[in-house]
Amino acid sequence: MTHVSPVALFFRTVRARAAPRIWGMKREPSWIFLEVMVPIVSTTAFVYLYRSLHAPEAYIGFVILGAVISAYWLNVVWAMAMQLHWEKKEGMLQLYVLSPTSLMAVLVGMSYGGIIMASSRAVVTLAAGIWLFDVKLSTNELPMVFLIFGVTLVALYGLGMTLSSLFLPWGREAWHLALAFHEPAFFLTGMNFPLSKLFSTVPGIISFVSAMIPVSFGLDAMRQLLLPSKIPGVFAPSTELLALAGLAVLFLVTAYVALQRMEYKARVEASLTLRG
Amino acid sequence: MTLAIKTDHVGRIYKKKSPKRKAASGAEPRTLTALDGVTLEVPKGELFGLLGPNGAGKTTLIKILTTLLTPSTGHAEVEGFDVVRNAKQVRERINMVSGGETSGYGLLTVRENLWMFAQFYGIPTKEAYRRADALLETLELSHMRDTRVSGLSTGERQRMNFCRGFITEPNVLFLDEPTLGLDVNIARITRSFTRRWLREHPDRTVLLTTHYMAEADELCDRIAIIDHGRVIACDTPVNLKRLLQRQPIFEITAGGLDATNIAEMRGTRGVIQLTESFEPAAGHHILNFILEDESALPAVVGVLAGTGGHLVTLGKHEPTLEDVFVKLVGRSLKEDIAE
Repeated sequence: MTHVSPVALFFRTVRARAAPRIWGMKREPSWIFLEVMVPIVSTTAFVYLYRSLHAPEAYIGFVILGAVISAYWLNVVWAMAMQLHWEKKEGMLQLYVLSPTSLMAVLVGMSYGGIIMASSRAVVTLAAGIWLFDVKLSTNELPMVFLIFGVTLVALYGLGMTLSSLFLPWGREAWHLALAFHEPAFFLTGMNFPLSKLFSTVPGIISFVSAMIPVSFGLDAMRQLLLPSKIPGVFAPSTELLALAGLAVLFLVTAYVALQRMEYKARVEASLTLRG
Repeated sequence: MTLAIKTDHVGRIYKKKSPKRKAASGAEPRTLTALDGVTLEVPKGELFGLLGPNGAGKTTLIKILTTLLTPSTGHAEVEGFDVVRNAKQVRERINMVSGGETSGYGLLTVRENLWMFAQFYGIPTKEAYRRADALLETLELSHMRDTRVSGLSTGERQRMNFCRGFITEPNVLFLDEPTLGLDVNIARITRSFTRRWLREHPDRTVLLTTHYMAEADELCDRIAIIDHGRVIACDTPVNLKRLLQRQPIFEITAGGLDATNIAEMRGTRGVIQLTESFEPAAGHHILNFILEDESALPAVVGVLAGTGGHLVTLGKHEPTLEDVFVKLVGRSLKEDIAE
């Protein structure tokens, strides 16, 4: 038995659980092609569509920034929300649970590794946008952009942790739920079009659901700052930053509470392991 | 006596999933009693074995003790901490290795995986690598330390899991069929390592479940035989075997037998238990008899001859744990595994 402070244990766990994702990236070259290069093709399709429609040039930038953020969204849905379910199938979940570390630390480690993975895709997408499609980004308010980007990621991965804990007791249904989160988000967050168009045309309840996905305001605020144009945002970037900060706190607290409850529920219902 | 493990009337009932239509009609959910009032005390320093057929409740008990499952009734403690209320304190003191485990990330090397698991217990990196290297050396896996886990054979992977269990130097280690899938030589190495580890750390405790009687006999200080969720005997291997010391055990190898002949022999006066296995290559049945006394033997041989069977070998042997198991459970563990 090793005596270690809870803080040291938390950070050692975060680093250790991030390692498979970070080291794994370097060890599977096919991943670079499939996860980084291929998605640029679908982004290109939107660029050509807007160009053929003679849409304002700002829309090209909107699509590129949408593709950058989508890298993180897909990572959250498939490599965060689904992850505890997969860990259970692989027999890893029971080893996490019976160790003295917290599942929260494990999930933060996954998030950290996931952010590194998704960032490589995001950076390549952004570079391709600037180089291939001549997207011009404003650098006047970069500190604010980085702040909004950081808070968006915290809120987004907090949502991922919440979903992960909620998926814990489920079996195959988790796969279907992840699919249900995957596609609609492209519409609800305005990934390829201005969010203000969505908010001005759909009923309030859909706008509310949209606002609960951190990608929506995060993307909208960054577009306003990096691609100043006549296309308005939903709210001012500072207001959207406040909303994102609220979501970050909400999702992190929810994830913490949900993890405690779901772990106990899974222990009672014998759903932490697959083997009897 | 300081106890490492204590269970007090621990029970566990699983709810089986009913078809949705039945559930909607308000039918009672079906249940399965996996453990029924298990009371055990394992002192520190002991290597305690749980023997039982498939579905007897061994793994359920280990899951409760490792905080993966809550008991439905009763309570359990590890090193004085309640497994439900003080799960965190229990987890700081334990580790578990299961047979057939597929844990570990395939893209990481053996050494990296061991380092990763050690981090979940707060072991500093340098110390984690030192322990990993020492364990890999002992379990003859040093040559694979920089191989990705995806490239390991089943046996190599199980040896890595074994290292994972010991790397945290737990106070109480749970070994659930740990030698499953290991070849004879490696299984022997893991057994001798476990024994040595306990000798070097007399305050540590191991709880082992195994299908291999010889393994239990060789390793365990005490054994609990468990069937249908209940402990039906608990003692040292020597004392358990003494249960049968007055009842002679004979092994007969015979040819030309069928199920009817064997049933007839089973019903012969003086036969307490008869278990059988078939060797297809030789076409022989191996029959193990527990008799009330030796005077019953001629009748058994007479029935064998009368049914057209022919005797190949006949021998008397000392009681083994397998014989004790058959006597207490009513069937052989080998038969159970075959089923």
